[in-house]
Amino acid sequence: MRNRKIIPGVDQKLLIKDAATLMPEPTRRMFLRSAATLGALTFLTGCDIIDGDTAENLLRKVSSFNDGAQALLFSRTKLAPTFPESAITKPFPFNAYYDEDEAPEIDGKTYKLEISGLVENKKPWTLDELYKLPEVSQITRHVCVEGWSAIGSWQGARLSDFLQRIGADTRAKYVWFKCAEGYTNTIDMPTALHPQTQMTFKYHNRILPRAYGYPIKIRIPTKLGFKNPKYVVAMEVTNTDKGGYWENQGYNWFSGL
Amino acid sequence: MSADVAIGTKREAAATVIHPAWVRICHWINAVAILVMIGSGWQIYDASPLFDFTFPRQIALGNWLAGALLWHFAAMWVLVINGIVYVTLGIVTGRFRRKLLPISPREIFADAKAALTFRLSHDDLSHYNAIQRVLYAGIILTGVVIVLSGLSIWKPVQFQELTAFFGGYDTARYVHFFAMATIVGFLIVHITLALIVPKSLRAMVAGR
Repeated sequence: MRNRKIIPGVDQKLLIKDAATLMPEPTRRMFLRSAATLGALTFLTGCDIIDGDTAENLLRKVSSFNDGAQALLFSRTKLAPTFPESAITKPFPFNAYYDEDEAPEIDGKTYKLEISGLVENKKPWTLDELYKLPEVSQITRHVCVEGWSAIGSWQGARLSDFLQRIGADTRAKYVWFKCAEGYTNTIDMPTALHPQTQMTFKYHNRILPRAYGYPIKIRIPTKLGFKNPKYVVAMEVTNTDKGGYWENQGYNWFSGL
Repeated sequence: MSADVAIGTKREAAATVIHPAWVRICHWINAVAILVMIGSGWQIYDASPLFDFTFPRQIALGNWLAGALLWHFAAMWVLVINGIVYVTLGIVTGRFRRKLLPISPREIFADAKAALTFRLSHDDLSHYNAIQRVLYAGIILTGVVIVLSGLSIWKPVQFQELTAFFGGYDTARYVHFFAMATIVGFLIVHITLALIVPKSLRAMVAGR
């Protein structure tokens, strides 16, 4: 894929951004500001989305407004287009902010999906238990925020079924996911309840390979690819928006398709 | 006597207004919006290029993909709302009909020949020659195409019928790209001619 050669360039900047993200908020702002003032670390200001806090704040406000607009536009019943087997992209691309050999390796035997938040039953789920859930399948288009797209085949359980099973309060606003490598993602409840939103255990009828997010990927064909977390280890039903890895760095929060 | 002259001049002035205020306001809002859309669009393109080239980062807006997307989806509202106002007023006031029609292939051919031999006149700014008419009408249509193809890339699920109309998600990206290229091509000619005929630029600022 063409996008591969772009990613390394993005990576370095994100590394620095990540370093800044790890700091507490006031420190981070001071860090960026003093860097800008000194002008000595100009490569750091280059990571800023644009020059100046005011413009950046304004753009982020418009982005929040766009979240609302997209939530209004989102239809609980409108399904993402599905495709025949022949349309599947081969090979389906691996994509992350790290290389494939750095992807998390999870031991399926000891794996447990942690459940927390506004749910009745917080018992962790083993893979064997999850694999027994009624299976649904979809061949849909994965659209990356970078612009490229690929068609894949995913099998697993409906997230809405699972939320019902664990007695989740579906009046809550968000579902938050945590991944093995530290990646996080928050999605809106209407999207979580969409019939095509899937807890994916298989890719093209085979147990999800490591590259595609073993053991669990959340497949959401109504959202951009980065809102489809892989290597999911924990899930929380919540009324607090806990953000996400890319969202916190400026990608639009809703990112609906 | 002098009062009469003054009134006469005023009337003359009113009669020679080439671009009413709404045209000028819409034009300059659009100018800013389209430059932001193109600049940020180039940065977005660079994240996953369609062809074997990328746009230099120095001329692309937003510093990286997220910044470019923030710009793109903010300026989008300005471009679309301003565009709707402009097209609505253009139709309702009859300006499009008066200024842009009729478009006859024979006239276009004659004026194209004159233009290529540098004999096409821009003397009367209130009247568009056939080349101007076809280019201005064409760029309005391109504006419609770029907005609709953009919507079909942004919302290939919610607006999937529109995406299908553009030949699917991947094809719609190419349509969006070529609409951008058309607008950039138009801008090169448009800005060059505005600089060669400065009174046309003055008319778009001061109205006459």
